[in-house]
Amino acid sequence: MRKAITLSLRILLYFILVAPLLLFIAYGFSTRWFFPAPFPTELTTLTFARAMNDSRTLTGLHEGLLIAIIVSLLSLTLAFPAARVLGLRQFRGRQFAWLLLFLPTVVPPLAIGMGLNILFLQLGLAGTIFGVVLAHLVPTLPYTIFTLSSAFARYDENFEHQALALGAKPNADIFQCYFADDDSQSSSSDIICLSNFMESIFAHFADWRRKDYHSAYFVICGGFGRRSSYHWN
Amino acid sequence: MLHKLRFSPYTSLAPALILILVMLGASLLYAIAESLGFISVINQSEVNFKAWRITLTSDSEFWVSLGFSLWVSITSTILASIFALLVAVWLSEHRAKSENPQSGAKWDTLALNWNLAFPHLVWATALLLFLSQSGLLARWAASLGIITFTDQFPVLIRDRFGFGIILHYVTKEIPFLALIILSILQSQPIGYDVVAENLGANRWQKLRYVTIPQVLPALLAGALLVFGFIFSSYEVPALLGIGYPRALPVLALRFFLNPDLLARSEGMVISLIITIIVILVAMVSLKLADKENKT
Repeated sequence: MRKAITLSLRILLYFILVAPLLLFIAYGFSTRWFFPAPFPTELTTLTFARAMNDSRTLTGLHEGLLIAIIVSLLSLTLAFPAARVLGLRQFRGRQFAWLLLFLPTVVPPLAIGMGLNILFLQLGLAGTIFGVVLAHLVPTLPYTIFTLSSAFARYDENFEHQALALGAKPNADIFQCYFADDDSQSSSSDIICLSNFMESIFAHFADWRRKDYHSAYFVICGGFGRRSSYHWN
Repeated sequence: MLHKLRFSPYTSLAPALILILVMLGASLLYAIAESLGFISVINQSEVNFKAWRITLTSDSEFWVSLGFSLWVSITSTILASIFALLVAVWLSEHRAKSENPQSGAKWDTLALNWNLAFPHLVWATALLLFLSQSGLLARWAASLGIITFTDQFPVLIRDRFGFGIILHYVTKEIPFLALIILSILQSQPIGYDVVAENLGANRWQKLRYVTIPQVLPALLAGALLVFGFIFSSYEVPALLGIGYPRALPVLALRFFLNPDLLARSEGMVISLIITIIVILVAMVSLKLADKENKT
C-alpha cells in the first residue's frame, strides 16, 4: 500500500515535469484547436514548418546562437586565469575579489541593463552584437569563475610540475593536466553558459518585431514584455 | 618588477575584474545620475530629487507595487521552503530505506535538475497554456460538462492577487531548495535520527528536533536568495501578471520605456530601490551561510 502511494506520487511528479514539453508539442503540431476540444483536433506539421521558414525565426536563431557561442567562449577565456588563481592561491584581497565577483549575481539584471543602456547608447554599442555580448558577460562571468574555481580547489599544481619534470613542453601538457582533471567542471559551466544560449535565443525570438534593442537585458526584459502583450492580450 | 607583476594573482584576475567593475560601476553610476534628474541625452545637468519625491509620495503606484511584490515574493518563498523541506525529507528517508538506494536517487536528482533546467519563461508559458480560462484544464472541464463558457472557469492565472505568479515561483523554486536541503542531509552522519528514534521520538519529533535544526541555516540562506531573485525578476510577473497591481520590476521598466524621458528618472529610482533591498537581503543570506560554515 505504502509502496503504491510512493510509486504513484513519483509518477505524478515525473508527469508534472514532462507536462510542459508535451503541452508545447501539442500546441506546436496542431491547428484550429478551439476552446471546448479537450485534445488537439487537427494534427499538422504546417505550423511548425511555417515558424521554421520564417526569416525572423531563422535570424533570431542564428544571432542568438552566435551571441551565445561568443559569450561562452569569452567567459571561459576570461574566467580561466581568474578561477585558477582564486582556487589555488591564498593572497591578500582574495576575499574582496570574491565579494566583487559576487555583486553582479545579486544586483538585479534589470538595474544593470537599464544603466548599461545609457552607457551603450553613448558608446554606440547599443543594438550591436558586441554590445549584447558584453552585457551578457556581467552575469555569466561570475558563474563561470565560481564553477571553475571549485574545480581548481581540488586540483593539484604538482601534476604540472611532474609533467614538466618528465620533459613535457610547458603549454601542451599543462592543457592535458587541466582537461584530464576538470572536464566535468568545465562542462558544467558550459551548461550554465548554454542556458544563457537559450536565454538569448529566446530573447531574439521575442524581439523579432523590433530590432533596435539596446542591451541584452533590455532585449530580454522589453522583448518579453512586448511579446506577452502581443500574444496574450 | 616585471617578474613580480607576472606572478601576481591580480594579473590573472585583472581581465575579469576590470570588465565586471567597469560595466557594473558604470551602470550603477548612470542609474544614480538619472534618478537625480541628470539626463545627458537631453542636456539636463541639474541635480534634483524630483523623481525620488514623486515616487515616494504616499499616493504613488510605487507603494501598491511594493506591497504586491513583497506579497508575491514572501508567499512564494515561504511556500517553496515548506514544500522543499517535505520533498527533501521524503526523498532522503525513502533513499535510506530502499534496498537499492543508488538507482532511485539518480532518477530523483535527475528529475529535480530537469525542472531547474527549464527557463522561467517556458515554465510560465506552460502554466498559462494549462490554467488560463481557455487553457487545457478549462477545456477538460468543458468536455466533462462542468462549464460551458470560458468565463465560468475560475481565474487561476493572470489574477489580481498574483496567485499565478506565486504558483509559478513555488513550483520552480521547490527543486532548487530541495537540492540544497538534500545535500545537507546527505553530508550529515546518519546516526542522529536513529538515536532520536531509539530514544522514542516519533516522526514529527524527529523532523522538529533533528532534521529542521540541521538544515535550517542553509535553508534560510537559500530562501533569502530565492526571495531576492523573485523580488527583482521581471519576466514572470510581466507574463503572468495583470495591468494593476503590477510588480515593482514591471513598473520600473514601464517608466523606463516611457517616451517621456523625464519618466525614466522614476524608473531608475524604482530600480535602485529594488537593488538596495535585494543587496541587503543577499548580505543577510551571506552572513547566515558564513555562520553555518564556521560551526
